[in-house]
Amino acid sequence: MPTEHIVRSYDEDLRKLRDMTARMGGLAERQVADATRALVRRDTELAAEVVQRDVQIDALEREIEAFCVKLLALRQPMAADLRVIIAAMKASNDLERIGDYAANGAKRSIVLASQTSIGSLNGFERMAHLVQENLKAAMDALVNNDAEAARRVWEADEPVDAIYNGIFRELLTFMMEDPRNITAATHMLFIAKNLERIGDHTTNIAERIYYAVRGDSLPDERPKADQSAFAVVRPAGE
Amino acid sequence: MSSTTETGTTETGNQSFGGVQARSEVALNPPRIAIKNLDFFYGDNRALKSIDFNIPERQVTGMIGPSGCGKSTLLRVLNRMYSLYPGQRATGEAMIDGMNIVGHDTDLNALRAKIGMVFQKPTPFPMTIYENIAFGIRLHEKLSRAQMDERIEWALSRAAIWDEVKDRLDASALGLSGGQQQRLCIARTIAVRPEVILFDEPTSALDPISTLKIEELIDELKRDFTIVIVTHNMQQAARCADQVAFFYLGELIEVAPAAQMFTAPKHAKTQEYITGRFG
Repeated sequence: MPTEHIVRSYDEDLRKLRDMTARMGGLAERQVADATRALVRRDTELAAEVVQRDVQIDALEREIEAFCVKLLALRQPMAADLRVIIAAMKASNDLERIGDYAANGAKRSIVLASQTSIGSLNGFERMAHLVQENLKAAMDALVNNDAEAARRVWEADEPVDAIYNGIFRELLTFMMEDPRNITAATHMLFIAKNLERIGDHTTNIAERIYYAVRGDSLPDERPKADQSAFAVVRPAGE
Repeated sequence: MSSTTETGTTETGNQSFGGVQARSEVALNPPRIAIKNLDFFYGDNRALKSIDFNIPERQVTGMIGPSGCGKSTLLRVLNRMYSLYPGQRATGEAMIDGMNIVGHDTDLNALRAKIGMVFQKPTPFPMTIYENIAFGIRLHEKLSRAQMDERIEWALSRAAIWDEVKDRLDASALGLSGGQQQRLCIARTIAVRPEVILFDEPTSALDPISTLKIEELIDELKRDFTIVIVTHNMQQAARCADQVAFFYLGELIEVAPAAQMFTAPKHAKTQEYITGRFG
């Protein structure tokens, strides 16, 4: 919005809220990046760091929530101000979940480091890269109050789903080939699912930013390509 | 080995945010007063400019805007208060029951029986509580003592003050608290059984608890009456109104259901005003 509040401290409060959310977003981005690096490099120390850092994200979420509650009670925000506060509060939930998924992936990569490696991790890297790009773009949209950028993020999750489908099928095949792959493949499936969920939470954040800026919502239907829920594998001979 | 993947229909139900609010807007009732192309002049000064909107029946319409925006002027137009002053005139239409409120041949007594008004400061007459109510009724109707008693009890009950005054109807109204006086004035207004009640900042002189009592009363009254309330308190408009109209410099900038007005107003000016960026 072009003009400033008559009460200047209100502007400062809203700026602080934006900063806190952006900081939380940055932290979540870093967690996703490090968790993926730990997986690909079989770096258990880095994975352990990611797991430990999750408490920082959780703490930020509580801080943002408390701050929003305070703003709602003390400022009685309306219109765009109200929408920004609600969006920040909900986005902080999404970022907290993203942090959890990254930490969970890191934990699983510690187990994976003790297993024989199966297949290539290229799909994971590409997926993580896309997800991080989207998350970064979403946080930029938040900082710049940019509804169109948020819409692009919202639309850009489809390729993530497509890679996830590929990984899903590939891992099923590995498990069928040799039951000794099952431990590793199962953990990898969960990691892939975590990344896919991170992508979904990122689109939630994009929706919230779009709503905060524009006051209306993106359509109910988002372009999606995750079809793994319908996948069926038949043993040979059937 | 063979592995096949079957796909079914894609899953739906991506949760939308804020869309709920857009869909669950309160439906507005049919108009009780239809305002069309209404202008108002204080001498040469055009204080209302081509106002167009409807006041829905048995709902609350809140009018907001900075001082001098025309909201109180519009309220005064709606019961022809301005006719008391020379040099003030209105053109256009404000139709109620096929009658143009601002027309030249409008019967002002009939109009004011139809459209009652409650003012900013409680204005009890220096008489008994009973006489405060009876006074207005006698201007319009001839009632027997029994009918009058019944009407007064009805009006005081509807104004949520009966229990507090029933034992002292013969006491002076000036002995009541500010909040009670205001509810007494509301009782006086509804005693003549109007269809529309205009409230001009009815709680600006009251403490928060009395304010909430009046707001609760307004919520109660809208079952039977069409209500228009001018308020400087945005939260009050948000709490009370079904429809909110925002005025600025004599123009109606935006009118919308309250939920929309306070979450996603369409006009930049409205947005600036209700978020406290000017005014």
